[in-house]
Amino acid sequence: MSEITPSQTVGPFFAYGLTPVGRCDWDPNGTYSWKNSVESNLVTPDVSGTRIRIEGTVFDGDNKPINDCMIEIWQADAQGRYASPGDNRSLPNTQFKGFGRSATDKAGIFAFDTIKPGAVPGPGGKPQAPHIVVAIFSRGMLRQVYTRLYFSDEAANAADPVLGLVPADRRGTLIAHKEGGEPPLYRFNVHMQGDNETVFFEI
Amino acid sequence: MSLIYPTKSLENFPKHLTPGYKSTVKRSPTKPLMIIPHTLSELTGPIYGHNAVQEGDNDLTKQHKGEPLGERIIVHGQVLDEDRRPVKNALVELWQANACGRYVHNVDQHPAPLDPNFTGAGRTVTDDNGAYKFITVKPGAYPWGNHPNAWRPNHIHFSVFGHSFVSRLVTQMYFPGDYLFPFDPIFNSVTDEKARNRMVASFDLENTVPDWALAFKFDIVLRGREATPLDNDDHH
Repeated sequence: MSEITPSQTVGPFFAYGLTPVGRCDWDPNGTYSWKNSVESNLVTPDVSGTRIRIEGTVFDGDNKPINDCMIEIWQADAQGRYASPGDNRSLPNTQFKGFGRSATDKAGIFAFDTIKPGAVPGPGGKPQAPHIVVAIFSRGMLRQVYTRLYFSDEAANAADPVLGLVPADRRGTLIAHKEGGEPPLYRFNVHMQGDNETVFFEI
Repeated sequence: MSLIYPTKSLENFPKHLTPGYKSTVKRSPTKPLMIIPHTLSELTGPIYGHNAVQEGDNDLTKQHKGEPLGERIIVHGQVLDEDRRPVKNALVELWQANACGRYVHNVDQHPAPLDPNFTGAGRTVTDDNGAYKFITVKPGAYPWGNHPNAWRPNHIHFSVFGHSFVSRLVTQMYFPGDYLFPFDPIFNSVTDEKARNRMVASFDLENTVPDWALAFKFDIVLRGREATPLDNDDHH
């Protein structure tokens, strides 16, 4: 029998606590202020790798953008190493944390500035294609949902052990599409429901 | 070393679709969630040490020129894993309504006063015993539009990080004996009574400071047990 503390929704008002400096304009008169613990810009001065921008919208079952959503991302560095004690391989000489947080704005858009992660080890020693773990929180979500973001320009996707578990006709929901620009923009939309419902993972 | 995170631990979490809480209807997945092996991506997680917070970030009564109105309270407890081992260096963030039940967020426009001396956000990092402590004021109940005459019980929102990204938890802390419990679909989204009561703080006379503040104790238990050697061939 598990004794863990149950999850509850982040509710509609998290922004002033969790993403106070960001895309959500919770304090239009500038009366209150608070600082971020976690940023949507993951780029540190010393980080190596290809700089990228990730942008997207989370849509509800009516295909309406969710404008009170919080997205968290967790990723490896360009060498495929996580800045975590759970990753025993020698850490790179970098301040890169690999963790970011963005609220959605009035139009339901979130955005991150980061670097493209490298391949990381997977089950049976098989490498996993570069990917980012994504957690989504919002009013109406009593617990976070997890998904993964893969990159449209990665040949390694074809052999990825997790993508391989996903039915072929739904794999596309996990692919962020490169739209170019400098740094290159990858668009990653999330659909909570509907024909294009994103694949969510129980992890 | 790594940890095993059985998905069974999640059995008392609320269901994504909980129609009594209306907003879940259009925001919950309709297709079954896919179970995937826990790889390094799931078994690792962000670390925010003591440099993530500044001294005083855990005292919500000292963020402005004056003291906020309301009942001053101490909220403290331990962050633990499933084997009740302390989780040290865990970033704990909270946010809440003021004593009148009003949030500073622009979207909250219900007719209760804002308090210029209270934002309602704080954060801290657990010590070597997994202990954390906040000083704040007791939040008020507030109305919401879920159903006619709907009111949320007094609560404080918590966000906590554990050993890995799978133990990430956002929850709400409630106060003992709240008369609104039977009517709140968010509280009751946890259908198991014992599990539900794990979200209720206990009144703590021992740590109540005479002539100054009542104390409430709220332990937070995260996923993760059975420290085992990480086998590179089998990350289940």
